[in-house]
Amino acid sequence: MGVGILVEHLNAWYGTTHTLQDINLHIPANHATALIGPSGCGKSTFVRCLNRMHETNPIARAEGTVKMGDVDIYKDASPVEIRRRVGMVFQRPNPFPTMSIYDNVISGLKLNGFRNRRVLDETVERSLKSAALWDEVKDDLKKKSGASLSGGQQQRMCIARAIAVDPEVLLMDEPASALDPVSTSKIEDLIFQLKSQYTIVIVTHNMQQAARVAENTGFFLNGKMVEFDSTHKIFTNPSDKRTEDYITGRFG
Amino acid sequence: MSSSRMIIPGESPSGSPTSPKSGTSSAAAAPAVALSMDTAPVSSERSSAPSVIRDFLRGRGSGNVADKSFAAIMLLCACSIFAIVLFILFILVARSKLTLAQFGLTFFSTSAWDPVSGNFGALPFIYGTLMTSLLALLMAVPLALGVAVFVTELCPRQLRAPISFLTELLAAIPSVVYGLWAVFVLVPIMRDQLGPALARYFGWTQLFGGANFGMGLLTASMILAIMILPIISSLTRDIMRAVPDSQREAVLALGATRWEMIRTGVLRNSRIGIVGAVMLGLGRALGETMAVTMVIGNHPSISRSLFAPANTLASVIAGEFSEATDDTYLSALIEIGLALFLVTIVVNAVARLMVWAVTRGAPARSI
Repeated sequence: MGVGILVEHLNAWYGTTHTLQDINLHIPANHATALIGPSGCGKSTFVRCLNRMHETNPIARAEGTVKMGDVDIYKDASPVEIRRRVGMVFQRPNPFPTMSIYDNVISGLKLNGFRNRRVLDETVERSLKSAALWDEVKDDLKKKSGASLSGGQQQRMCIARAIAVDPEVLLMDEPASALDPVSTSKIEDLIFQLKSQYTIVIVTHNMQQAARVAENTGFFLNGKMVEFDSTHKIFTNPSDKRTEDYITGRFG
Repeated sequence: MSSSRMIIPGESPSGSPTSPKSGTSSAAAAPAVALSMDTAPVSSERSSAPSVIRDFLRGRGSGNVADKSFAAIMLLCACSIFAIVLFILFILVARSKLTLAQFGLTFFSTSAWDPVSGNFGALPFIYGTLMTSLLALLMAVPLALGVAVFVTELCPRQLRAPISFLTELLAAIPSVVYGLWAVFVLVPIMRDQLGPALARYFGWTQLFGGANFGMGLLTASMILAIMILPIISSLTRDIMRAVPDSQREAVLALGATRWEMIRTGVLRNSRIGIVGAVMLGLGRALGETMAVTMVIGNHPSISRSLFAPANTLASVIAGEFSEATDDTYLSALIEIGLALFLVTIVVNAVARLMVWAVTRGAPARSI
């Protein structure tokens, strides 16, 4: 089961650039939430603040409150503890090339010293099935490298890798932007199924994608969150003029 | 062609073509498919004007001749490697005919080295070469990896350049200078402090028994380790820096600590490259002459103690070539060169075999 995320007065900087300005937002549990906005508006920075990946860049800095359930991730826990509870899927598939498909999927568990063979086997099967990849790879789990798969398969494997550690929140930073339409629709189906078990935050440039998979949508512009509402409302009757302009393609 | 504002249809399905040509804002509401209907080839507007660029490009010809001659020259360069290797091998064999005929293969398996009675065997030198190189690797590789990991992953940005510069500087020092340094600094330390300490705490291994004069196998290995450290660490550093950040992020996002990230995201991905760097270091250690000759003690013997004086293939050639007055002696020294040649080839082959064995099962690419 996922947890809700409460963001209050979140600010983030890259060097002297104020990338996120006073973001306030409640992301409900076990729903998919989409973040849209033009390139460079801070969507990616925002999701990277939710698992404290933002601060891995030496010049980056973040301030504010992000509550995951009742844990304030910037006060009550270390980044490592947070990232064990929050899965992340990146824009470009990043499989571990020296590992087999099997080892890729359980890399998060192995990393943390989990050794129970039986559970590992089950986890690989369950995660790959959830990621709709099992049937395509089940015969060469340990034979093939994670990098030998096609781009779409790699991305689904990365999703399997993220959900193998059974996270409460799943962050997806434009997970389908490097993929063809077929792989994209597979990943969208996947998000649709996964959101009953995880809280999903998905950054996307494809507004149809947001409309298809997410209950709620937030619109970012120039480091500020302009509007956050139900997806239906955002796409049919946005309250802010800028949101409307973006949705209808008048800029961006 | 100059549309003041690009219109992106909001509901454009991914992958469908949108045309930048139609600059009419009325098209914004229309589905993207309709847009592509009126798309004409871009060239049609310009075809009437004479194009300098097109004329230039058409006049350039096929480039067949240039390509072929380029390929031929490159082939020649590649062949020169084979030619040089074969030529060296030929000379080594031709000039050591005397001892090859006299001792045959026993030359490589006997320990006698007695120029006075004309009795020669290369085994102590082969042992000395392999042992010093192995010990040098044992000392240098962990240190070099540590330096590389620190520089690429942990060190503050300001420190990076100075450390890298110093590492490269270390590689540029001539080996005779290392030898001098070893004679005046390392040998006394070995004799008075390090040696006695090793004998006291690790004497039970019997590796540190016997007289300790400061010069010997271990001292030579240490100076070798220092000499191969920069090449291994700077190559390893470059390899680690080539690992894409997306790999590091992937591991971090799974909840890895910094060390786990380095192990899984960086070291694992660069392991083949690291082996390559170690091989280059080993190559240098096997052939290093001057510094070794100055501190190894130059005595052809195989002894269990690492304090004992020994000798290597390269250093015996350097040390005794000027004294080799009779033909058998000279021939023996040249055959020592042949032995070094073969040892290098065998060691490299074995190392490659080991890499292959390790990575055979697991799918492995360097990056």
